[in-house]
Amino acid sequence: MITKRIIPCLDVRNGRVVKGVNFEGLNDVNDPVELGRFYSRSGADELVFYDITASAEGRKLFTDILTKVASEIFIPLTVGGGINTLDDFERVLSCGADKVSVNSGAIRNPQLIEDAARRYGDQCVVLSVDAKRVGGSYHVFAKGGREDTGMDALAWIRRGVKMGAGEIVLNSIDTDGVKKGFDLEMLDAVCRIVDVPVIASGGAGCMADFVTLFQTLPKVDAGLAASIFHFGEVKIADLKDELHKKGITVRRV
Amino acid sequence: MIAIIDYGVGNLFSLKSSFAMIGADAVVTGDADTIRSAERIVLPGVGAFGDARKKLADTGLDAVLIEEAKKGKPVMGICLGMQMLFEKSYEYGEHEGLGLIPGEVAAMSGRIDPQLKIPHIGWNALSLRGSHPLMKYVKSGDCVYFVHSYCAVGCDDAVIATAEYGMDVTAAVAKGNVMGCQFHPEKSGEVGLAILRAFCEV
Repeated sequence: MITKRIIPCLDVRNGRVVKGVNFEGLNDVNDPVELGRFYSRSGADELVFYDITASAEGRKLFTDILTKVASEIFIPLTVGGGINTLDDFERVLSCGADKVSVNSGAIRNPQLIEDAARRYGDQCVVLSVDAKRVGGSYHVFAKGGREDTGMDALAWIRRGVKMGAGEIVLNSIDTDGVKKGFDLEMLDAVCRIVDVPVIASGGAGCMADFVTLFQTLPKVDAGLAASIFHFGEVKIADLKDELHKKGITVRRV
Repeated sequence: MIAIIDYGVGNLFSLKSSFAMIGADAVVTGDADTIRSAERIVLPGVGAFGDARKKLADTGLDAVLIEEAKKGKPVMGICLGMQMLFEKSYEYGEHEGLGLIPGEVAAMSGRIDPQLKIPHIGWNALSLRGSHPLMKYVKSGDCVYFVHSYCAVGCDDAVIATAEYGMDVTAAVAKGNVMGCQFHPEKSGEVGLAILRAFCEV
């Protein structure tokens, strides 16, 4: 059987890994190449790199780093951040990325999903959605979670999958940074409407949160987190052992 | 030297880097003479069978590959590259393969529990059959990374490893000097590198 994936996420700005709480108050954590190598050795099933740089120089630095990571780390790499055009897909895929995650770029131009899926295959296109409860429904937020688009998150996800998104990363702004567990309710709503892999993001604070995630929602394929891994609060090897003990199929190294 | 055949399909960066990581001399090439002079040949591939098969034919490298394989040179197909080693594929129509290994390529959909997601994507455990040299550094239970919706069938004699996904999915095959992996060794961590190392030694 396919194993449940554990995915550390590295937000990169100006060549450094940063992670904010509720998307604000960024602080340097580590070097992306070092951290990538460390995670690969300790059993991460995939790495996600988000480029949160705004400048052209920062972007160049990011692709240099990506190339370095991809030439040393042989697990799937997903890249997101600043992906607005097919040229952006090409730019990161040629540096060794396997999948490309779209968020604000796809909100501005949904056709990007379909064009990219047609050129690179559905498996290459990840739709990342930042969602938050607003008046009884889930809204899609853009610009790193700062702007309410007013779009219904479930409708947006359904549309994205129809256009060719091969995977969904659901980041709940309501639970992000709070460290009290994943947003099971929101994830369940998404799992009910799509049949592509769903990656849970936002809210993991301890190993038990991952156990609860996979036991409660067997349709969730992966758990993604950042700071709890970067700060060593949860070690991936220990997490895999714990999940295995609880009867959840994982890859152990 | 290992020739990784470049026929305009997919991204060969990781494959080249992974051979570099294990200290093997690999070149990405679309040049027939370079492929002829190589000690080993890798046929990569992603995307749809029909397109890739046509591109390979357009370069004329399919004939070179078949000729070198028949001389006994070790050849390894990866993912769609493995599927192309077979006689036929039913992906969007019916397409002739290279015919180096008996068997064909068919949709997984309809063969497995409809509850299971397609593509078969992610890390899955290998079950080894027999003890082929390509698998000498790995054991049953080791996980490798798959991304595919079609799989090789009717090739029992050539199967050297399977993975369980609602069926015994053909994971690796070998017939004499011609080998193939449905999974991506270049994305399968240490296990994948060990398989590439074994290929360099067969």
